[in-house]
Amino acid sequence: MITINAQSIAFILFSLFILGGGLGVVTTRNLIHGALYLILSLFGVAGFFVLLSAPFLAAVQVLVYIGAIAILIIFAVMLTRSMTSLTEAFNRQWWLAGLVGGLLFIFLAAGIILPVWGASSAYAGQPVSDVVATTTDLGIALVDGNQYVLPFEVASLLLTAAMIGAIVIARDDE
Amino acid sequence: MEQQCRDLINTLAACMVAGGTDPNLANLLSALLGVVLVATLPLVTVILLIWVERKFAARIQDRLGPNRVGPFGLLQSVADALKMLTKEDITPAGADRFIFNLAPIIAFAVVVLIWAVIPFTPLHVGSDLSVGILYFVGVGSIGAVKVMVAGWSSNNKYALLGAFRTIAQLVSYEVPMILALLIPVMMAGSMSMQDITRAQGGMWYIFASPLAFLIFFISNLAETGRAPFDLIEAESELVAGYNIEYSGFKFGMFMAGEFMHVFTVAVLTAVLFLGGWWGPGVEQIPALGFVYLGLKTMAVYFAMLLIRNTVPRFRIDQVMNFNWKFMVPLSIVVVLVQAFLMRITTSLGLAPNEAGDFVSNLPQTIVLLLGNLAIIAVVLNMIRNRGRQQRLADEAAAAHSDLAHPAGAPAGD
Repeated sequence: MITINAQSIAFILFSLFILGGGLGVVTTRNLIHGALYLILSLFGVAGFFVLLSAPFLAAVQVLVYIGAIAILIIFAVMLTRSMTSLTEAFNRQWWLAGLVGGLLFIFLAAGIILPVWGASSAYAGQPVSDVVATTTDLGIALVDGNQYVLPFEVASLLLTAAMIGAIVIARDDE
Repeated sequence: MEQQCRDLINTLAACMVAGGTDPNLANLLSALLGVVLVATLPLVTVILLIWVERKFAARIQDRLGPNRVGPFGLLQSVADALKMLTKEDITPAGADRFIFNLAPIIAFAVVVLIWAVIPFTPLHVGSDLSVGILYFVGVGSIGAVKVMVAGWSSNNKYALLGAFRTIAQLVSYEVPMILALLIPVMMAGSMSMQDITRAQGGMWYIFASPLAFLIFFISNLAETGRAPFDLIEAESELVAGYNIEYSGFKFGMFMAGEFMHVFTVAVLTAVLFLGGWWGPGVEQIPALGFVYLGLKTMAVYFAMLLIRNTVPRFRIDQVMNFNWKFMVPLSIVVVLVQAFLMRITTSLGLAPNEAGDFVSNLPQTIVLLLGNLAIIAVVLNMIRNRGRQQRLADEAAAAHSDLAHPAGAPAGD
């Protein structure tokens, strides 16, 4: 059934990264530590992408989430130095967040483990998709008129607009 | 045994199984050995490179350089490493201990990790990832974390200021670097380092796109924090930058990481633009590729040393202006023009039908080279006009102040 090989060891390790990192993010009082735990957690997700044979997504995960977003968070925290060692919570809604998180976890776990919404035996042994996507396939899909060229262009336009907007807001009044 | 020797990390096991080892154990051991082999190469090389660098700097400055320890002072780096090991390890009061100790490890690991995807010969590469370029960019972007973490955890205002400045520089120069990386990827049609090298069999990419090479080279100078971009350790302003509070071996790790980073980007430049392991006879004797790669790397490395030791430091606003107002627009134009020209040559049938053949590469390379030269001509012209306008404005201002202050009086500026 469950065999212990290099892949399962890696899986367990990455799971520990993700869960431990996530736990660290919500429990630590130091925001910089929180950001570093977040990096650990995101790194674990990148590891999962590698295990799922999606190296492109793994590299993008590291590049975008660790290289850009986590750095941005740390930068923002560092610039507000008085924020880095908070001793008290700002509000008392931690139980609400915990409740939502717990419920989401239960739903997801049930949906994956238990065949509540339809029999899973019909799909047993079948791959989810028979497309073995490579990076080239991904690139073609983004510029193919029959596939995702429109969403791709719309997203590009949106990002360009956001960038110009940021510049306009940030520049001094003349 | 039916496994072939494709790369260092994956196929050592075949031989060990033949010797009677348990296959699983053999796989694990060979993977570990491959990792150690690939990671040790830069570590060993950097010891010698520090000596090369110091000798080179000494010659330029009319000194002798290290010459006491060992023949020609070759063992000076070893002595320095020992000295650093024996120094007291100081953690500043109020420092965030765990993170403070983590930063040098990240600094070191990030550079060693890049070596996993560098192809040494046609057969020997740590791991030929299909997204090698993206891997390099991703790992490189973690480099910003180490600066941030080191600067913040030191509990020192100079370290923090240095970290801010360094991050601003690293993040900014990543933009033109990545855009320049697009050109080899576009031309080879692959992000794998090995494929990119193979595609340069007929023609190195430096000839097809000298501008991309220059942009990559310059942004890497900035990424590694070498002069003229060494604001990271601008002694007169920041004392020593983000690593000011580090002492002993932790400082040594930062320093070795920096030296290794310079060497690593030199290797990458050689792989991406100078044909990597290609050279005469490499198809018969693949191991020769290692020598060729080393020679090309050294050429790039010496260019970096020459620039480092002869060019004065920029100011921080100049660094930023140069990047955002010159390098980024230029790299975008280069990518657009190059993509356009490649499209045209492909539809005209000028694209090389065999990458390894010199002659069939010629038409496309000439078109692309002319495109690059046209961009260079336009850019130089723009710079010249800008300079002339500036000069005229200065002269007008000087003439004005001469009128205000007649001869003999000290001229205002």
